[in-house]
Amino acid sequence: MAGLELLSDQGYRLDGRKSTELRKIQARMGVFDQADGSAYLEQGRTIALAVVYGPHDVRGSRAKIQHDRAVINCQYSMATFSTAERKRRPHGDRKSTEMSLHLKETFEAAILTHLYPRSQIDIYVKILQSDGGNYSACVNAATLAVIDAGIPMRDYVCACTVGFVDDTPLADMNHAEESGGGTNLALALLPRGGQIALLQMDARLHQDHLDTLMEAAMTACKGVSKVLDEVVRQHLQETVILTGE
Amino acid sequence: MKDTPLSNCERQFLLKTIEERKRLDGRETYDYRNIKITFGVDYGFCMVDLGKTKVMSQVSCELATPKETRPSEGMLFTTVELSPMASPAFEANKQSELLVKLNRQLERCLRTSKCFDMESLCIVSGEKVWRINVDVHVLNHDGNLMDAVSIVAITSLSHFRRPEVSIQGQEFTVHTAEERDPIPLSIYHMPISVSFAFFQQGSYLLVDPNDSEEKVMEGLLVIAMNKHREICFIQSSGGIMLLKKQVTRCSDIASVKVLEITELIQKALEKDRKARKDDDKFSFAESLPKEQITAQKLKEAPLEKMDIQETASEIINKANISPSTQGEHSPVLHAGGVGQVGEGITSSWGLEEDIEEEGEMEEKTTVKKTKRKGDVIVISDSEEEDIVVLN
Repeated sequence: MAGLELLSDQGYRLDGRKSTELRKIQARMGVFDQADGSAYLEQGRTIALAVVYGPHDVRGSRAKIQHDRAVINCQYSMATFSTAERKRRPHGDRKSTEMSLHLKETFEAAILTHLYPRSQIDIYVKILQSDGGNYSACVNAATLAVIDAGIPMRDYVCACTVGFVDDTPLADMNHAEESGGGTNLALALLPRGGQIALLQMDARLHQDHLDTLMEAAMTACKGVSKVLDEVVRQHLQETVILTGE
Repeated sequence: MKDTPLSNCERQFLLKTIEERKRLDGRETYDYRNIKITFGVDYGFCMVDLGKTKVMSQVSCELATPKETRPSEGMLFTTVELSPMASPAFEANKQSELLVKLNRQLERCLRTSKCFDMESLCIVSGEKVWRINVDVHVLNHDGNLMDAVSIVAITSLSHFRRPEVSIQGQEFTVHTAEERDPIPLSIYHMPISVSFAFFQQGSYLLVDPNDSEEKVMEGLLVIAMNKHREICFIQSSGGIMLLKKQVTRCSDIASVKVLEITELIQKALEKDRKARKDDDKFSFAESLPKEQITAQKLKEAPLEKMDIQETASEIINKANISPSTQGEHSPVLHAGGVGQVGEGITSSWGLEEDIEEEGEMEEKTTVKKTKRKGDVIVISDSEEEDIVVLN
């Protein structure tokens, strides 16, 4: 992709954002009646839908039951129409299994699982439109869905991807920037304590830049957490008005 | 079949040792186990021993049609297979989480970091390119498979030679090894992964966890770097909370370790190259004439011997053993490989017959036969049997 400038001289990116600007996040909670918790999240042009069932009895194999905490079951899948070319295997391939695994580990760290022994919490996430930052959109949508389900968590889990171009960190990358071949760092953060729930990075980056990149990622995540907090409060207000308190 | 779970006391013992900053095999917190690299007869075959963890890998190449989005680049496919011989926890044909993790991490480590020149693998753009297959098999699992797999994969890629191709316009001929020497891949850099295990909510960390340490760990951080201090990939897993400074510290430790390991790999490659040139014995042939079974041979590990005498005597004093039963405790050696401690105590069972004491080679029985006339000694405590005494 020669000639495609990810960062212009004036500091503007392909879609006109500055290097630290996040994409527009819009979200709604409680979109499904059947599920215990659900959320719909748009991060720029990436759309993710998350649904939470639980806590309930452990279904399937009894071997999974943990006597002192809840088991978290995650499934990540992409809709076949989510990418430019039709996706032939929406789930079951290696990348989706890896993503599901990472989501599970992220939420196992954040949800207070010791409050629900011998039970299971299911989190299903589907990407309806993929334009970069799939993992972060999933985590953010799943956080909202878990809150909607009333399951207690340590803190919001906010995620963001950052890249590194021309010695500048770019926050919240879209698909064109991600496939540009540069570094991709995905970070899931619990903003209040500054604790990292998941850290994932691909492609070469010199060790000296790691600190700057992580700092940028953490700032971006804190920005995302503010938006998510707003969404939750808004939703709570609406529900309170509707139930006529 | 599942792996035997770790018992609670083993788990507590391990955690306690880690809190005291010690490890069961005598290593320091940042020490790696012994790494041994051997090559095979074919180019591209490599076996790596990381302590007792054993992995092997073979690189092969074949002609293929390139991807439509990248018509002038070769392809790299990596596969990791967990053989059931490696651990009772691995079942054949089972897609376990660990397998997916290892496969994806190796793919990201080698492919996305662009460790070798893919464009040189192109023969006819859009039609024929070389497809490189790296197949890694795990032969023995004693912890830290990720690091072993990354070392073996990059070493076998560096060792591999592909056949030479001559192109005339749109026609090309693949030369066999006899016609023209095969050419190595142009490796840009060697990404090597370093694993950090975290314990007690991130307060303690260990480099290169072995199997038992892996069973008690709470989380794992894998950092792959090359010797130019470029991070090729980072992956945190296990659901632990990390702080930024922990990650930066780990990356500093990783850069030191990666330098050492890269040097080791270079030395091994150099030795193999020289051996092949001088027609010396290389690969498995060099281990044949020894006529030794060295599979489970452990190297001497230094043990901390401070305060052993004092601690031992303390323990004995605390136990409050009465002096009468202590007796002679110095071992008596009767023959080579045989030892006897003590001379046998008086049996307190009260049985009439001679008691054969097991485990003693030359026994000096001090058991006296007690025979009391006229007394009926009931031996069995079964209520059903009618005891008849025959005179």
